[in-house]
Amino acid sequence: MTSNNVPVLKIRRFIAYIMLILLTFICLFPFYILIINATRAHSAIQQGFSFLPGKSLPANWDKLISNDNLPVLRAMFNSFFIAMATALLATYFSALTAYAIHTYRFKLRKAAMSFILMIMMVPTQVSALGFIRQMNSMGLDDSFIPLIVPAIASPVVFFFMLQYMEGSLPIEIVEAARIDGSGEYNTFNSIVIPIIKPAISVQAIFAFVGSWNNYFIPNLLLESKNKKTIPILIAQLRGADFMKFDMGQVYILIAISIVPVIIVYLFFSKYIVQGVAIGSVKG
Amino acid sequence: MNETSTSITNRHKKKRPITYNRYGYLFLIPFFVIYIIFSLVPLLSTFVNSLYENYMSGLNQVGPTFVGLDNFKTLLTEGNLLKYAGNTIIIWLIGFIPQITISLLLASWFADMRLRLRAKGFFKTVIYMPNIIMASAFSMLFFTLFSDNGPINNILMSSGTIDEPFRFLSSIIGTRGLISLMHFLMWFGNTTILLMAGIMGIDPGLFEAGQVDGASPTQLFKHITMPLLKPIFIYVFITSMIGGIQMFDVPQILTNGSGNPNRTSMTLIMYLNRHLFSKNFGMAGALSVILFIISAVLSLLVYKVITRKDD
Repeated sequence: MTSNNVPVLKIRRFIAYIMLILLTFICLFPFYILIINATRAHSAIQQGFSFLPGKSLPANWDKLISNDNLPVLRAMFNSFFIAMATALLATYFSALTAYAIHTYRFKLRKAAMSFILMIMMVPTQVSALGFIRQMNSMGLDDSFIPLIVPAIASPVVFFFMLQYMEGSLPIEIVEAARIDGSGEYNTFNSIVIPIIKPAISVQAIFAFVGSWNNYFIPNLLLESKNKKTIPILIAQLRGADFMKFDMGQVYILIAISIVPVIIVYLFFSKYIVQGVAIGSVKG
Repeated sequence: MNETSTSITNRHKKKRPITYNRYGYLFLIPFFVIYIIFSLVPLLSTFVNSLYENYMSGLNQVGPTFVGLDNFKTLLTEGNLLKYAGNTIIIWLIGFIPQITISLLLASWFADMRLRLRAKGFFKTVIYMPNIIMASAFSMLFFTLFSDNGPINNILMSSGTIDEPFRFLSSIIGTRGLISLMHFLMWFGNTTILLMAGIMGIDPGLFEAGQVDGASPTQLFKHITMPLLKPIFIYVFITSMIGGIQMFDVPQILTNGSGNPNRTSMTLIMYLNRHLFSKNFGMAGALSVILFIISAVLSLLVYKVITRKDD
């Protein structure tokens, strides 16, 4: 049987590689063009495509940051600040919430857990109307608070944390800490957090990226020019009269919003890919 | 207190003194307080808004007047709701069908020990990458790449494939196809990893037994992998549907919010976004409620899958 199967196996392996290489090409080619064109001058881009980079990267960058209609540096700072704060709050408080469910056996435990899991998949867009109106009436329109503070209640991050704790936080550790006289909150901060650090790092990256990429709510909420985030500038660029635009600038703005995330991703991709699998259901 | 002491002696193994359990409630406070303020109350007020006539006519505020279910009637009969729902489903399907097919294929290859593929880590890293990219920037990138005199048309023309630029964004299939292609690229890596985790979770003994009985890879896939993968499959399917309902960034940026050509790529959330921007709170509310009901039903199914007891 095995001798029969060797050629079949070879053919299957060959098909698998062809398919994987093709998909790799489709995934990477758009970003290749992006990076090439970000280094080329507008006139060169208009003349046609080139597979080789140009020398206009610094010139494109200078033009982009001196464009008064697109406060790019400010937007990058805003996006970074919001994403960072979101990542911190989402991971810390989701860990705390998961810790409560994981460690303690209180009466409403089951109910609380079921509730969080049930709301996990409800899209934020369906309550956007009430959210925006409420933020307006609370005087929080054009503020970063509505983009950051709600991260404290992140059901998806909670779900990942809970899954992780079930696999790596035995209750005996908490009990040992109690015997040593550690208070419950102190145990969480100084013992539990270090143990679940791998889960926190992965979820922090997901939360950061999710916030950095978020467009729908910030676009409805932020109005003043110096509050805008990167995705809003992208939309603004798309809405502007495209023909009049310097294409070098367009490409470099897209590159700025994508490339930093890709770099971080490449450093942590192993853990991120594992993290995706952990959060899934058991087969 | 009696109950406490018996439960401790009964469950001697677990030994969780009840006195600590109030901390459970304490540590849940931040989550629930924030959830109620920033999600639950807004959700309920969205429901309330759906029952009022409340919009801007020029500079004049009309309403709010209580109109019962009139907004829903208007939405379902006069607007283009069904057309936009159809657009959303079609665009989702054009992306999802190849996505699930290719992901299933890749996952079974990655998990197949006899195939011994190399550089799996590299391929997984590459295929997952589009998922972390800013959807709006990705869409803007595709808009420039596929514009009438963009690089793709340049390449196609200089290679002699076409004589004139193909105007992707003026054609229905071109626009819908691009949106679906982007969603495919963003999600097939994620789906592959989920399905692969599922396949790896299957007892390898089952495959060995099948092989001993002389089953072909196709038979193994059909009779062992697929039935045991069903829960993950359902999970992927429903979560992707929920994602499909939320489709917004990519078509919004690609078509500059117009949903053109002829609004054939206008999705449900783009429609909601329009009502929110024009401050038609009644219609936006009614649309939100409809979307909430659909996603709540789907969420309940996901909940069933993730809390299902292991047999």
